[in-house]
Amino acid sequence: MNAQVLQAVWAVVLLTGTGTVLGLVVGIVVKLFGAEIDPRIEEIEGLLPGANCGGCGFAGCVAFAEALAHGKAEPTACPSNSAAAVERICALLGVAAGTRNPKVAVVLCGGDNAKARQAALYNGVVDCKDAMLVAGGAKGCRFGCLGLGTCARACPFAAIEITAAGIARVHREFCTGCGKCVAACPRNLIRLVPADAPVHVLCSSPEKGAAKRGVCEVACIGCRKCVKASGEDHITMNGFLAVVNYDNPPTAEVAAVCPTGCLVATTPPAETETADPAREMVHA
Amino acid sequence: MPEQVRFRGGVHPDDGKSLSQAAAIQDAPLLETYTVPLLQHIGAPPKLVVAKGGKVLRGQRLAEPSGFVSAAVHAPTSGTVKEVTEVALPTGRTGPAVVLQADGEDKADEGLAPLTDWAEAEPQVLKQRIVDAGIVGMGGAAFPTAVKLSPPATKPISVLILNGVECEPCLTADHRLMLEQPEAVLTGARILARVLGVRTVRIGIEANKPDAIALLTEKARGTGIEVSGLRVRYPQGAEKQLIHALTGRKVPAGGLPMDVGVVVQNVGTAVAVAEAVTLGKTLYERVTTITGRPVVRPGNWRLRVGTPYAKALELAGGVSFDPAKIISGGPMMGFAVYSLDIPVMKSTSGILLLAREDVTQFTGEACIRCGRCVDACPMALMPGTLSVQIENERFDLAETWHALDCIECGCCAYACPAHRPLVQHLRRAKQEVMARRRAAENKSKR
Repeated sequence: MNAQVLQAVWAVVLLTGTGTVLGLVVGIVVKLFGAEIDPRIEEIEGLLPGANCGGCGFAGCVAFAEALAHGKAEPTACPSNSAAAVERICALLGVAAGTRNPKVAVVLCGGDNAKARQAALYNGVVDCKDAMLVAGGAKGCRFGCLGLGTCARACPFAAIEITAAGIARVHREFCTGCGKCVAACPRNLIRLVPADAPVHVLCSSPEKGAAKRGVCEVACIGCRKCVKASGEDHITMNGFLAVVNYDNPPTAEVAAVCPTGCLVATTPPAETETADPAREMVHA
Repeated sequence: MPEQVRFRGGVHPDDGKSLSQAAAIQDAPLLETYTVPLLQHIGAPPKLVVAKGGKVLRGQRLAEPSGFVSAAVHAPTSGTVKEVTEVALPTGRTGPAVVLQADGEDKADEGLAPLTDWAEAEPQVLKQRIVDAGIVGMGGAAFPTAVKLSPPATKPISVLILNGVECEPCLTADHRLMLEQPEAVLTGARILARVLGVRTVRIGIEANKPDAIALLTEKARGTGIEVSGLRVRYPQGAEKQLIHALTGRKVPAGGLPMDVGVVVQNVGTAVAVAEAVTLGKTLYERVTTITGRPVVRPGNWRLRVGTPYAKALELAGGVSFDPAKIISGGPMMGFAVYSLDIPVMKSTSGILLLAREDVTQFTGEACIRCGRCVDACPMALMPGTLSVQIENERFDLAETWHALDCIECGCCAYACPAHRPLVQHLRRAKQEVMARRRAAENKSKR
């Protein structure tokens, strides 16, 4: 047996021995001093979306799962979870499921490139926040969607699309209402609304009607027709802008009275629990 | 040419000054209405002191300073306040503005008496006059001048520098001002020196203005004011670079010129100070260069604050072909604007129109790590590395890599062969870092 082979054998023996000894030490220490980890935490974590969106108010899905296991949070506090998963978490924890009003994000602007005027050609960083640095944004309307996708990149569920016409649109079936996009939009156009809200005013400009019409075909011109048709309780006026009262929304039919088409009716999102596409998209 | 220190970095863009540097300053004819923005300076918005329907005279106060770092705003002509409304500003923001209907008489307000004996006047009196006249830095940043003249007792000032460098390409307003009002420049310098109590006054002018150097050198003979010609390199007119070039002193990162005992004032500011003191004139007009290849008659005009850009452009004969870009200020540091329906402000040093072939298209290509931006950066930053950090929204990293030291001079973007929008990235980072600092401050207060 030459020296080199002997050296190799020694190395194997030495490392295996060290590993075994250290493993034994770790095992003994854990056995003697290790804290019990609630096995439910891992199980709950598996039932959470795993997007770490922060919508629950905790630092991420693991932190939320721990809070749930210790009874410090409600299972419904996660805005992104499907109803089925919430039910299973409740069963696991042995608590009754509270009621939850699911919310979705809506971009309150309807002025895409076909309907709203651009003030100039913007040639710079493709991001709304950066575009705002160049004379406040190249869109004719100072309040409209810039369509450069800051919200879409912020969405952990890939629920926001920048359409071919250059405006952000929320895919309600994927939106979980976590609110990341609300914080991302530099023009504050995105709002979380009850998922069953029947109508939305897709305009956020407080300017006078004539000024808005000059730059956008689908602006709210402040004509108050919708307010008269539905009543002051359902739609209120904020200066020259109609605002849906989401606590007491009007019926979908009121959308028909809007002369510019900025009052838009929505259909409730299809029930998507079985497929759970949001999670698939995240993990895809 | 005297010995000078070579400041770090810098570039040599085509100066484009030949278009307008021979054109003498012309007074703009009176307009029917002026839209005078209230917030024209860095600092707190001033408080409105006139009401709708009120009559004002030329030079009368429309708004008074609302704090130490604030500035008064004055009426550009006599007339009636039509309304106070929200208007678009050259900075890209909107802000309140007084719409003034001129009465055509242009009657002057006699509120501020000339201080003919300024050479004996108390520095406090002179400084108060500068506050009353609403004077802000005319080089472009519009920082209230009186604040710069009030250094804390712990920072003794030994040198006053007048900035006649005008390193920004295409702009010739300061050049013409030095040629046409050299006495006012020197009087302003002496008043500023008296306020600060300094003996050493230096005027820095780049060598591409030999006529201005010669004229001011001759006029300054016997006054103790030293005029220095400086080898041309952009951005020599940036405060910190000019201090380094003239005195060899380096302003520390995050510091101010007063940290090295220097105060820098623009020559335009000096003229405004001289006029405020010797004539009792408030700051309601300034010299602006209107230039660019599409402009029919590029030149320099004395424009009243509140003149719409569109009217200013009419003075220059309009355009001979459609411009690709309109810039408020110069090509390196100016701001692109989307409309001519914005008013001239105290800081409007130029209105520049660029032809299609003058405009670089940003293509969003990746950084090729050539390091040209690092060589060009006068603040010794690494713009390429910073821009990659910023693209990935790592503003925490950008802060530790000194994004806040960026002076937005544009040298990096000028030098970048990949045409990366480096200045836009840095501006974003500065905004985000400041926002994070404010948020952290609010949190610690609570």
